Amino acid sequence: MKKILSALLAGLMACTLCLSGCGETQVDDQGDTKLEAIAKEDIKAAFLYVGPIGDLGYSYAHDQGRLALEEMGITTHYVENVPESSECEATLRQLCDDGYNVIYATSFGHGEWVEKVAKDYPDVYFGHATGYITGDNYGNYMGRVYEARYLAGIVAGLNSESGKVGYVAAMPIAEVIRGINAFTLGLRSVNPEATVEVVWTNTWFDVTLEKNAAISLINNGCDVIAQHCDSTAPQLAAQEKGVLAIGYNSSTPSAAPEAYLTAPLFHWGVYYTQDVQSIIDGTWEGQSYWEGLSAGMVSLDDLTGNCAEGTAEAVATAEAAIKDGTLKIFAGELKDNEGNVRVAAGAEMTDAELQAFDWLVEGVIGSVN
Amino acid sequence: MIKIQKKQGLKSWQEGLLRVGSIIAALVASGIIIALLGYNPFEVYGAMIKGSLGKPYNIEATIEKCIPLLIMSLGLSIAFKMKFWNIGAEGQFYMGAFGATIVWWYFPTLPSYVLIPLMMLAAIVCGGIVALIPALLKLKLGTNETLVTLMLNYIAIGFITYLANYSPLHEPRTVSQIYRFTDNAMLPEIGVFSSQVKVHIGWIIALVLVVLVFVMMRYSKFGFEISVLGENPDTARYAGMNVAKTLILAVVISGGICGLAGMLQATGPEGRLTYTLSAGLGFTAVITAWLAKLSAPVILVASFLFSVLLQGGSSIGTLTGIPSAVAETIQGIILFFVLAGDFFANYKFVYKRKEKK
Repeated sequence: MKKILSALLAGLMACTLCLSGCGETQVDDQGDTKLEAIAKEDIKAAFLYVGPIGDLGYSYAHDQGRLALEEMGITTHYVENVPESSECEATLRQLCDDGYNVIYATSFGHGEWVEKVAKDYPDVYFGHATGYITGDNYGNYMGRVYEARYLAGIVAGLNSESGKVGYVAAMPIAEVIRGINAFTLGLRSVNPEATVEVVWTNTWFDVTLEKNAAISLINNGCDVIAQHCDSTAPQLAAQEKGVLAIGYNSSTPSAAPEAYLTAPLFHWGVYYTQDVQSIIDGTWEGQSYWEGLSAGMVSLDDLTGNCAEGTAEAVATAEAAIKDGTLKIFAGELKDNEGNVRVAAGAEMTDAELQAFDWLVEGVIGSVN
Repeated sequence: MIKIQKKQGLKSWQEGLLRVGSIIAALVASGIIIALLGYNPFEVYGAMIKGSLGKPYNIEATIEKCIPLLIMSLGLSIAFKMKFWNIGAEGQFYMGAFGATIVWWYFPTLPSYVLIPLMMLAAIVCGGIVALIPALLKLKLGTNETLVTLMLNYIAIGFITYLANYSPLHEPRTVSQIYRFTDNAMLPEIGVFSSQVKVHIGWIIALVLVVLVFVMMRYSKFGFEISVLGENPDTARYAGMNVAKTLILAVVISGGICGLAGMLQATGPEGRLTYTLSAGLGFTAVITAWLAKLSAPVILVASFLFSVLLQGGSSIGTLTGIPSAVAETIQGIILFFVLAGDFFANYKFVYKRKEKK
C-alpha cells in the first residue's frame, strides 16, 4: 500500500513539473484551399453509424448507400454504435490516422466532432448527414424526405376509413415537424376532413415506447399509423390491431405484411456515389446538399397489395407534379392548427423557414411543446 | 448439496495469482469465441491495445474515460464502506453536471477562475442533495437505499432529456442538445506527465481525490466512524457515535464527489450537458469500487484498467470492422472472468452430502 502511495505522490510531483511547457499552438491555414482529387483506387471511405446496421432503419439505410459505393469499386469501412459524445472524436481521429480519406458521419450529434477533427486533418474529406456545418473539407447532406411524406399522406388518405390517422413521432424538431406537416397536407389533399394525431416518444429508437404509442393511437380510432422513429414497432402494433401502417427509412413489408402500405425512403447512395465521384474528378466543394424526389435522394416505397384501388394513380400524379415543380408542398395559404394564417396565399416557405419549422399545420392534433 | 462459504486467510500472492489467472482465462476464452466467429483473436487484442494506448490521442481518450470512472468509484467507496448501497452514481453525476450548467447559464460571462470553481461547487452541492434524499428516507422511513438511489438515476436522466428537448437550455436547430458551454466554462487542458498527452485538468482533481479519500478513510476519525458504522451500527451507537449525522454526511460526500465527476465530464471532453454524458460509467463505477475492495489507490488502478478495456473495446469496430456486438461480447466475457476471479478469492464451494437420519 505504501508503495502505491509513494508512486502516486511521485506522479503528482512529475505532473507539476510538466505544467510548464505545454502551450504548443497550431497555426491554422486560412484561405481558400482546394482539396486535391484522389484517384478512385486510393479512396478509403469510412462511415460512422449511430446504431447497428441491423436496425432496418436509419443506419441500415445509410449502409445501403455504402454498399452502392462498394459497387462502384470503392474501398469502404463502417463503424457501428458510435455515440454522439467525445468518443466520436476519438473514433474520427483513429480513422484519419489509419488512412481513411473520405469520412461520412451519419448522426446529427456527430457534427461538432467532425468540425473539430476536420480542422486537424485538412486533407481528409468529411460529410455530415442531417447537419448544417460546411468548411474547406467538410460538407453536409440530407434528403427532402418530406416530399415522399406528402405522397405517403395521400396513401393514408385513400386508405383510411375513419379519417383519423396516427403518427408516432420521435422529437419535436424541425425535421420531424416538417415531415408531419407535409404528410398532413398530402392526407388532406385527398381527404380534406382527415386529421393526424401525433404522439411524441422523445427517443429515436425504443421498441416498447413506439409500440405503446401506436397502440394508444389505434385505441383512439386511428386506422392508419405513420411514423418518424427508427423501429418497425408501430407497424407491428398496427398489424396486431388489424389496422394499416406506413413505415420509414427503408422498405419493410416483411415486418408486418398485413399492415404495410408503403414507406418514405432515403436513397443515401445517390449522394454518396455523386460525392465520391466529385472527389475523384477534383470538383468537390464543402456544400449543403439537400435534394428530394427529382434527384432520387428520396422516394415512396412500392405500394403493397394492401392499398386501395386508385392509390397508385393518385401518388403517381402528385409525384410527377412535385418533380416538375408544379406542386409546391409548403405554398400558401397555410394555417397552423390554432387557425392562424402562417403562410399567405401565393407565398412559399423558404429552405431557411423549412429548417426552422416549429408549428403544426391545420389538421394535426397535437402540439410541439 | 453445494454451499457457498467465505474463505479465510488467502495469502496475498495467492490472491494475486488468482486475479492474473482470471484475466488470462478471460483472454483465452474470448479468444476462442473470436476465433469461432471467424476472426483473428490476436488482431482483435492488438486493436484493443492500439485503440486504447497506441498513440497520444488514444491515451487521451482512455484517460478521459478513466477520470469520471475513477472519481465516481471513489465517491461510491465511501458510501459502500458504510454498507450504504449507493447505486445512484449516475443520477448524482447528471444532477451535478446540471448544477454546474445552471451556474454557467445564469453567469455566463464570469472569468474562468471564478466560474469554474463555482460550477464545481454547484455540482458537489447538487450531487450531494440527490444522495441526501435516499439517506433521509432510509433514516426516517427505513426505505431500501438500493432501490431509491437506482430509481433516482432514471429520474435524473429523464430530467436531462426533458431539458435537452423542451427547456430554454435546448439549442434551437439541434437535435435534442443543450447549448454548448462558452470557452470560459471549459476546463483547461494540461499534459499528463508529458506534453504529448493533453487531458482536461480533471485528471489532477481525480488524483488529489484519491489521496484525500485514502487519508480520510484511513487516518481520520470520520473515516473510522464510517468503517465502524459499516461493520455494525449497534456498536457505533453503543460507542456514542451520532449515527444519523455520520451517515448523512458520508452519503452527501459520496454523492457530491459523483456530482463533481458530472461537471468535469460536461465541461471537459463533452463541452455540453447531454443525456448520454455518463455513458453508463456510473454503473461501471460500482464494479470498480467493489473489485478494488473500496481502497482508494487500488480503485485508481482498477479504474484505469477498466478504461483501457472500455476504450479498447470501442476501438475494435473502428480498427477491424468486426461488428460492435462482438466487441461488447468480449468486454462482457472479460468482466465475467474478472468477477469470477474475485468471487473465488473470497468464497469457495463446499460439497456436503445430506446426512441420512
